[in-house]
Amino acid sequence: MAERSKLVEVTRKAYLPERDADKSPVLETVNLGITFGGLKAVDDFNVTIGRTEIAGLIGPNGAGKTTIFNLLTKVYQPTHGTILLEGKDIHGLSTAQINHAGIARTFQNIRLFSNLTVEENITVAMEPRIKYNMFSGIFRLPSYWKGEKIAHERAMELLSIFHMEDFASAKAGSLPYGAQRRLEILRALATNPCLLLLDEPAAGMNPSETAELMENIRAIRDTFQIAVLLIEHDMNLVMNICEGIVVLNFGRVIAKGSPDDIQNNPEVIEAYLGKKKEA
Amino acid sequence: MLHFIQTLISGLSLGSIYALIALGYTMVYGIAKMLNFAHGDVIMIGAYAGIVTVMSLGLPPVIAIILSIVICAVLGMLIEFLAYKPLRSAPSLSVLITAIGVSYFLQNIALLIFGSQQRAYPTIADFPTYNIGGIQIDGITILTLAVTAVIMIALTLFINKTKLGKAMRAVSEDKAAASLMGISVNRTITMTFAIGSALAAFASIFYGMTYVYIKPTTGAMPGIKAFTAAVFGGIGSIPGAMLGGILLGLIEQFSKTYISTLWADAIVFGVLVVVLVVKPTGLLGKQMSEKV
Amino acid sequence: MKKKKNLNFLTLILVIAAYAVVAFLLYSGGLKRQISNMLIPISVYIVLAVSLNLVVGLLGELSLGHAGFMSVGIFSGCLVSIALEPYLPMVARLPLCMIIGGLVAAFFGFLVGLPALRLKGDYLAIVTLACGEIIKNVITNLKLTGGALGLNTGSIYSAPKQLLPYAIVLVLLTTIVMMNLKNSKQGRAIMAIRDNRIAAESIGLNVTRFKLVVFMIAAFFAGAAGTLYGHFFANVKAASFDYNMSIEILVIVVLGGMGSVPGSIIAAIILVALPEAMRSFADYRMLLYAIVLILVMLARNSAGMKNLLERIKPTKLINRLAKKQVQEKEGA
Repeated sequence: MAERSKLVEVTRKAYLPERDADKSPVLETVNLGITFGGLKAVDDFNVTIGRTEIAGLIGPNGAGKTTIFNLLTKVYQPTHGTILLEGKDIHGLSTAQINHAGIARTFQNIRLFSNLTVEENITVAMEPRIKYNMFSGIFRLPSYWKGEKIAHERAMELLSIFHMEDFASAKAGSLPYGAQRRLEILRALATNPCLLLLDEPAAGMNPSETAELMENIRAIRDTFQIAVLLIEHDMNLVMNICEGIVVLNFGRVIAKGSPDDIQNNPEVIEAYLGKKKEA
Repeated sequence: MLHFIQTLISGLSLGSIYALIALGYTMVYGIAKMLNFAHGDVIMIGAYAGIVTVMSLGLPPVIAIILSIVICAVLGMLIEFLAYKPLRSAPSLSVLITAIGVSYFLQNIALLIFGSQQRAYPTIADFPTYNIGGIQIDGITILTLAVTAVIMIALTLFINKTKLGKAMRAVSEDKAAASLMGISVNRTITMTFAIGSALAAFASIFYGMTYVYIKPTTGAMPGIKAFTAAVFGGIGSIPGAMLGGILLGLIEQFSKTYISTLWADAIVFGVLVVVLVVKPTGLLGKQMSEKV
Repeated sequence: MKKKKNLNFLTLILVIAAYAVVAFLLYSGGLKRQISNMLIPISVYIVLAVSLNLVVGLLGELSLGHAGFMSVGIFSGCLVSIALEPYLPMVARLPLCMIIGGLVAAFFGFLVGLPALRLKGDYLAIVTLACGEIIKNVITNLKLTGGALGLNTGSIYSAPKQLLPYAIVLVLLTTIVMMNLKNSKQGRAIMAIRDNRIAAESIGLNVTRFKLVVFMIAAFFAGAAGTLYGHFFANVKAASFDYNMSIEILVIVVLGGMGSVPGSIIAAIILVALPEAMRSFADYRMLLYAIVLILVMLARNSAGMKNLLERIKPTKLINRLAKKQVQEKEGA
């Protein structure tokens, strides 16, 4: 609790699900922002995400949603503000270290290791947790076989979430689009995160695939007891599974709250949903 | 002091040749986003073209100059069409290996045709050597510097003012968006290669006049050094290529004079490594990062 | 997965069998001098190609300074070998010196890699090229290494008969390392970095560390092979291990298939043996290399070429011929 007292304005409608009420949030950002050559791409971004919350980040195209993901994972260096992961300032960590600290992500334009197999895409994400060194790997010592066996089993477990076990030895690049998106989620999960960032997970999926994805995201949260922050344009999905929603426009937060709050917020309707209704 | 100024002048002379080559590199790299490894070898071909037209065919120098420019430009377009165009969407590793292949191809074709013996470049014109207070200045040096400066200004104007120049800048920023705006990306890149290779022809003429002897491997090292110069100045930047070329020429000449001829290459390559590692965006270049 | 393992196993068996035959012929005196003189160069080139393949095929980066690392191995390993020659028999001295040569080269791989690995693609290739040239330039100018005249290695010169066992061990070791690394967690991480660097970072892989490791392993084997190669000559000059040699190794890797160990081995045998077997071919060797580089890249990456290759694939051709025959018969 000591860390929280130094925060400035966490209270701005911080939304924590009831089951997390007594716990500290998994992620807090304070006045997070980045400037690209004078342009404030993201400004004063303050959010709090509960330990097992599914949160949504929505907003029109170019609002800065993916930029926020890039800030959280240090693909871009924030020009100001603080990111607290489980109460700890993650300033100065690299992208890889952020992942070790507990944030895993998917990408809007899928970034799989397309020449590796589906299984390898998952086991490669377990690299730090497979216990054998390079020497044992090259000379096939017992620790190699043990480590590989555990990795294989765990990969198969993860693949079973999306019923993809049969594709385990297919090249990731040869999978259909939807399966690639799902594999990316599994790869992120394989890094053992406490916060999963999903960048447009339902893009390019048909309604029945999207419905299945919603169930899966919920199941992932329940099984792994992790928080999920997702960017999505499919309002049906967002309103259905997100417990908290942040609306972004021109790099600024214009609303925060539960799906009901957001749907009735006049500013949001004007900036975002309103336009959709006209169309 | 005299020694210093003499070194400075030969450094400027070498540097302006590097600058000319670097201009070609920076245009192609800036627009087609590929390292045309064979650029240096196009210079070598240009030099042989000069030798053949003047020595063997006995044509007047002016025609020889025009012919070598045309030959280089056509060669550049041909290379682009045959080797690089099919690889437009291929990984950069493949393009680079292909470019190395093209460079090797040109060197070995020249080796088969002209042999490994070095040939003398013809005297295209007689230039007086000026002697100012004991300092010797070659007419060629002055001409090289002047021509390089003129080309740099002309290129800058071309890129900024003409329609094709604008198309080139658009293609360099975003190929897909440029083609949506009705710009023919392929044609623009072909033109870039033609212009870059024509610049290589100029470089071959000045190289030939300054250093006289030409072999099949003549283009390779100046090519790699000029690429460094282009990176030094900031890849894609035309004034940067000129600045980088002249600086590199000075560094090379001064280390030859004041340190050791034997170590000059190690020093120039050392500068290359330091520049690429410490400031890959160069002196006048822009930061470019991958979009996520 | 299983198929891959079988192929690895088969490769290893074939390499061992081939060496067994060659060794038998060599020691029973049934091998012509011309051929026995090719055994060490072929082995050295196999090691060079397989180790470069680690960088090009697995990591997906281009190193144009592989000959430089080899050169470091030649001179460091051979200098130690010359110094130890009066005290140690070959059986202890050569392996020790190969390890020393490899380690010194690996250290250079580290030195080159540390700053260079901030870069990728074209810039990294150019930096490795420059480093190779710097190494050559420095060794040529050092008194210790014999300067421009080269290092006199007459005292440690050994005939192919003496060197072959060490060459066999080195080739087998390199092959095993490369093939097993590919199927280990480190190998997966390296290939992941090749396929998508940003995603690799996002799943927590330390890109710089893995790149460095690859550079050091590749340099180690180039250095060890270099030390062996130095013992095959009575004099070694740094100038012979320049950029052109790096390209030659690259040609082997590209021709054999980037990432393929058996491919590298076969290509190394062909490209070393061919110029020796056909003297007239030697003149056109480099030109042919250039054409090979271009054509292989075009074939790998363009749809049109792929179709063409697919058409002239032997199996397809046989099928088509068979079909034609059947049709003709039916017609008759």
